[in-house]
Amino acid sequence: MEAVHELVVRMEKITKIYPNGIAANRDVDFSVRKGEIHALIGENGAGKSTLMKILFGLEQPTDGAIYLNDERVNLSSPLEAISKGIGMVHQHFMLVPSLTVAENIVLGMAPKKGGLFIDYKEAVRLTREYSEKYNLFVEPDARVADIAVGMKQKVEILKALVRGAHVLILDEPTAVLTTQETVELFQELKNLREQGFTIIFISHKLKEIKELTDRITIMRAGRSVGVYDTDSITEQEISRLMVGRDVVLKMDKPEAVPGEHVLRVEDLHYVNEWGKKMLDGVSFSVRQGEIVGIAGVEGNGQRELVDILFGLKLPDSGDATVDGQSLIGLPQAQIRTLGVSYVPEDRMTFGIAQTANIQENMVSDRYRQKKFNKGPLFKMKSLNDESDRLIVDYAVLCKSRAQEVGMLSGGNIQKVVVAREFSSDPILIIADQPTRGIDVGATELIRNRLVDLSRAGAAVLLVSADLNEVMELSDNLIVMYNGQIAGYFDDGQWDDLMMGEYMLGLKRQSDDEIRRACHA
Amino acid sequence: MFEQLIQSIFQADFLFIIIRITAPILFAALAAVISEKAGVANIGLEGMMMITALFGFLFAYWTQSWIIGVLGAMFVGILLGLMMGFFSFKLKTDIILSGIAVNMLGAGGTIFLLNMFTGLRGNTGALVSPNILIPTIDIPLIDKIPILGEILSGHAILTYLAFIFVFLMRIFLYRTPLGLKIRAVGENPNAASSVGVSVIKMKYIAIAMSGALAGLGGAFMSMYYSQGWNQGMVAGRGFIALAAQAMGRGEPVGAMFSSLLFGLAQAMKTKVSGLRGMASYNYLIEMIPYVVTIVGLVFYAMSIKRKARKHQLRPIK
Repeated sequence: MEAVHELVVRMEKITKIYPNGIAANRDVDFSVRKGEIHALIGENGAGKSTLMKILFGLEQPTDGAIYLNDERVNLSSPLEAISKGIGMVHQHFMLVPSLTVAENIVLGMAPKKGGLFIDYKEAVRLTREYSEKYNLFVEPDARVADIAVGMKQKVEILKALVRGAHVLILDEPTAVLTTQETVELFQELKNLREQGFTIIFISHKLKEIKELTDRITIMRAGRSVGVYDTDSITEQEISRLMVGRDVVLKMDKPEAVPGEHVLRVEDLHYVNEWGKKMLDGVSFSVRQGEIVGIAGVEGNGQRELVDILFGLKLPDSGDATVDGQSLIGLPQAQIRTLGVSYVPEDRMTFGIAQTANIQENMVSDRYRQKKFNKGPLFKMKSLNDESDRLIVDYAVLCKSRAQEVGMLSGGNIQKVVVAREFSSDPILIIADQPTRGIDVGATELIRNRLVDLSRAGAAVLLVSADLNEVMELSDNLIVMYNGQIAGYFDDGQWDDLMMGEYMLGLKRQSDDEIRRACHA
Repeated sequence: MFEQLIQSIFQADFLFIIIRITAPILFAALAAVISEKAGVANIGLEGMMMITALFGFLFAYWTQSWIIGVLGAMFVGILLGLMMGFFSFKLKTDIILSGIAVNMLGAGGTIFLLNMFTGLRGNTGALVSPNILIPTIDIPLIDKIPILGEILSGHAILTYLAFIFVFLMRIFLYRTPLGLKIRAVGENPNAASSVGVSVIKMKYIAIAMSGALAGLGGAFMSMYYSQGWNQGMVAGRGFIALAAQAMGRGEPVGAMFSSLLFGLAQAMKTKVSGLRGMASYNYLIEMIPYVVTIVGLVFYAMSIKRKARKHQLRPIK
């Protein structure tokens, strides 16, 4: 049966190990038949993007072979991939806003007249021709800055087609689209399939995949866990394969004894710059002595929630209070004064100053305190003692407190962040992906400290895309889907299959059940 | 006193002076426009103008040909541009720092070079002769029209060239494939390189063109405006041009209008300082063009100040 199908793309035993030792892909086999829409699905960090970057020439595999139409190829740059008929529509559009649609489409290959000038009419004609041929409606004369996201995406698809692509990679194309635009996109993709194009569709939305695609490759933890005909597999099975766990690190933690409410989030709403509802009436609370976890596939509102809680974004409506005082609109320094600590997801940007040293980073939230100052000068002795104590306490592997933080390993950088954030006697800790991409030792230390702090009375809000982590650490668990709370669990009786169904929108609790998250 | 001033302003020769004074600023402003379009901040324009002014004059003196002088100034400007590009694009120094380096080179190096090449100190007054100065031309027909003829005719060839270049630049940027690529590189280098446009190459081209235009501005200064080279002759025109670029929103025609505004301010300065009884306010009057530059930039900044965008992350306070 397999032999009947012509394989346009065949990737064999692809392994990609980054210089820092992280293996993004391990022995992945991936193949696509001519004229199909092939879904590539997996959790964040499962290796889908890396695999596609390799196919588009943006990354070089450590090992493995790529065949296009049975011919072995070496794709060392996107240009080479484009010339071999591969086109990619990135999640972040590669367009020049002040240029018109037609100019963007012909950029780098502009038709000329008189040997010197751009034949703009020809560029418009070319755009129209492709636009009509493939049923992708765009306005050639409009400036890209003025057009809607849906049209920008069509411009990107046309750019690839004009350059002769016959295999299109779309990286989570619906993440930025409204429902109506998604419907349109699907129709257009189906048209392209009928005309013989091959499409690779990266997504983690099961409904879309069921509706649109012919076959599915599921990835988990850098490996392919199977290829299926879309019709032959249920959404539940896909969900199970995606999130299924290999090893379970069991944490022994004492029973939580929740006290007073610390953080109250009340009916938060936030619409993003593309008019998409990212938070749609989110309410919950976190009490003293408990860890509340937020699970969910990335892009379902967790990012916006955390940004709002730490004053990086303002909500459209709703409120968030700590000990009864509203956080909304407060500068970060004041939010910290209320006793809030923040372990940011992007530690290199928000967690540390890379070129400053360990000591400077560790005391950056407290250097103003009286005990560290004498007149206009620092009391270096107390600052030194403080940072040395933290370095020992959090087992930061370094030469000295004067070492530049940027030179440390990821795990040790995170220890510096955590040492600062956990040692300021916080009443609320917001930990956003606190162990992402770091080694096992550091992970264990950070998780243990989180539990210790909560048992000592701090309220902890843990946001993580790592399902193991939230399931192990949380006393109570919130699952977010589509900007809303899809489920609230306080019985500790959860497993990955059940989580998967809520995370992927297959299930949702009743409003009454969800309201329990407020502990009213 | 004000009557006097108003009288002298509403005269054809005042407008003639404005055009004359605007030309070097305009060359430099166009130089700023082209590099900025490629995303390169050429802060070294001032130094480029000083150095090219000297070399333009020297080339003209050695060959006794103003044309070779002008071409030589452009050539040296291109070299300076490529040098800045090499430091910044290849060796990865900050473009602002290499711009500052060129400015310092212009301030100090020119005196040294002048002395080395000619044995003179400070200025080239002794070497000036008519055939190394840029000639003026009368435009047939127009020069017969009263008033308009007085204003528009009889300028140096380079003055006309400056205004012609405004429209050539516009055509270059918006009607040629190279211009399109330069604009794309300046606005979204990732988009440009994703379709095979070489970002570095475009930046080199843009800063070389910028250097050539600064060379025209420099040659204009030493070979026409001041009739010889002297230190301090450029007098901040390179920086004023950067302001003109910004106020003109980075567009050639916009840069032309803001250059004219600064030209007006300079001409006013000349007029006011010529009035009776103003001698004691000399230093105050000298400030006029620079004050206009600052005020202009403030208005510009206010006009484009957009409402803090809700969707960007709020600044950390």
